[in-house]
Amino acid sequence: MSAQAFAGEIRQRDSAAVVDLSGDIDGNAEQDLRTVYHEAVAGNPSTVVLNFEGVGYINSTGIALIVGLLAEARKAKQTVLAVGLSPHYQEIFQVTRLADFMPMFADEDAALAGAPSPAGTA
Amino acid sequence: MTTILTRVRRTGRRADRQPPAEPDRPAPAPERPEAPPLDIAPNDPLLAYLQSSPGPVDVDKLQLDSPALTHMREMGLRLVVPLVAQGELIGLLNLGPRLSEQEYSTDDRKLLENLAAQAAPAVRVAQLVREQEAEARRRERIEHELQVATLIQQNFLPKTTPDIPGWQLAAYYQPARAVGGDFYDFIELPDGQLGLVIGDVTDKGVPAALVMAATRSVLRATAPRLIDPHEVLGRVNDLLCPDMPPNMFVTCLYGVLEPATGRFRYANAGQNLPYARTEEGVVEFRATGLPLGLLPEMTYEEKEATLEPGQTMVLSSDGLVEAHNPEGEMFGFPRLRQIMGEHPGGIAMLDHLLADLRRFVGPGWEQEDDVTLVTLWRASAPPMSHAEAEAEADAAAEVHTEADAEAGQTAAEGRRVLAEFSLPSVAGNERLAMDRVAEAVADVDLDGARLERLKTAVSEGAMNAIEHGNQFQADLPVAILVTLGGGDLAVRITDHGGGRDITEPETPDLDAKLEGKQSPRGWGLFLIKNMVDEMHVTSDDTHHTIELVLHLEGDEP
Repeated sequence: MSAQAFAGEIRQRDSAAVVDLSGDIDGNAEQDLRTVYHEAVAGNPSTVVLNFEGVGYINSTGIALIVGLLAEARKAKQTVLAVGLSPHYQEIFQVTRLADFMPMFADEDAALAGAPSPAGTA
Repeated sequence: MTTILTRVRRTGRRADRQPPAEPDRPAPAPERPEAPPLDIAPNDPLLAYLQSSPGPVDVDKLQLDSPALTHMREMGLRLVVPLVAQGELIGLLNLGPRLSEQEYSTDDRKLLENLAAQAAPAVRVAQLVREQEAEARRRERIEHELQVATLIQQNFLPKTTPDIPGWQLAAYYQPARAVGGDFYDFIELPDGQLGLVIGDVTDKGVPAALVMAATRSVLRATAPRLIDPHEVLGRVNDLLCPDMPPNMFVTCLYGVLEPATGRFRYANAGQNLPYARTEEGVVEFRATGLPLGLLPEMTYEEKEATLEPGQTMVLSSDGLVEAHNPEGEMFGFPRLRQIMGEHPGGIAMLDHLLADLRRFVGPGWEQEDDVTLVTLWRASAPPMSHAEAEAEADAAAEVHTEADAEAGQTAAEGRRVLAEFSLPSVAGNERLAMDRVAEAVADVDLDGARLERLKTAVSEGAMNAIEHGNQFQADLPVAILVTLGGGDLAVRITDHGGGRDITEPETPDLDAKLEGKQSPRGWGLFLIKNMVDEMHVTSDDTHHTIELVLHLEGDEP
């Protein structure tokens, strides 16, 4: 598996901003991840959905970047949800307790319907 | 076609250059000076015209925007007759004015046309013969150059192995092409010590042979002066760096043997590790260092081992372990170790290894890389006095290396080595480490989730080593060893961050991080610890090692 450049695209869905992430979330993604996240919250959506479906690799630096975003969301009283994580990264989000602050859902529909998290099935 | 045509020669006589014949004296033999070559550019429209023209062409009547045509007129040409063989324009018959100063008649033209039709195939045959001769001369020159390079190189390889009482040395060298990049050497040093060299230049052929010759000369000049293997390699590296051709480097192991005691000091610039067959099994002599010629001012680790009576050491190049059988399977280090372990050792070890290689690759093997092997056997009962024998016995511990001491219980103790490699400390190489470990454990029965956990742990471990241990100094390698045994899989990641405090990984406080009271970072060791069954961190003055262990619960293949 070779390194894949990070990219993020924003879609609006109802009152939520959905960010489709792709590539690797590591130190190289720092700038782009921040930029795309700030663009996504610029319109002050009530919820931000991070879609990890296109993400194949997240390392500890990537986790630190996500923690940074969650800290901002917490200040701005925004809800951040995660969808499309592979079972392995679901486990990592649980081990690191990121899932406590960013509920994980199987897919976007479930996330926006407020369905119970599939976390724990990993 | 165009290359032939760009130089056509005028074959006709030119009346305007003939000296007037005096009536009373016999006319001198008419001079026929070689006309200057007539060049026709490949894009000149005249070419296309002549190609399709059926017979003689009047130069004066042609209306073409053609530099060659202008030139022909300046030369006084009147008629050109295309020579066409198999539809290809291969030359021209060029004629000046008739000597009678009359125009060329219809008969003349017919004669010229017939002449051209018959001459063209003959001229073509002559051209082909000439081209073939030139090609043959070119090949001969290249072959001669290769022969010279082979001679140079073979001159630089030892003609015989040193004759040392109590020891038997053997060497084998088989280049993949006429001239290879492998080399080995024995260097006589003061106090009866012997320098041992085995190396491999990237690439093959003449350039590799020349780099090999340079390396060998520099090593020979440096070794007796500096003795200490790490200093020798450091100095040789500095001397080679400025003149090394781009994209070339040299892997090289250099060791100094004290025949009387069996003490073997060595340093390694990226060459395959030497293996020794001992009572306890096959051990490897590990020392790290980047190949020669890559970066100046490298430092090389120096290690030491003792070869006891009866033990055999094997130095090898890639050609052996990277040989493939018809099924595409690689010979590999594990196989080399296994064969060494099964063989009783001694001078016959080399032939045994080669016989096994031939069995492995089968008949019709197309050798991919040079194969070089050097074996050293310390005779079981060396002639020595009683006092010497006692001193020897006192001094002799088992064959051991510092590396093995560092490795603690792993490598030397019957564990199967699945992979061993090192990577420069460059950001991003943690991914490479992760991928290579994943490849190495492909045959281990790990379920998908455990493999993913191991990959994350290796990536984090390697990243710590690159970033914290070696502080992104590219020349400091991160060494990775993957072994299997005793029902578990172990990955050891070693960097040069020894001599510092080891802090136990604590659970990062996510609440504090989210409140901005703690850095959002600091997840690496925590992640590793949660991804594997055991994590051991050890450190000495130089090195820092993290060992990741997965219990296999009896599912080892």
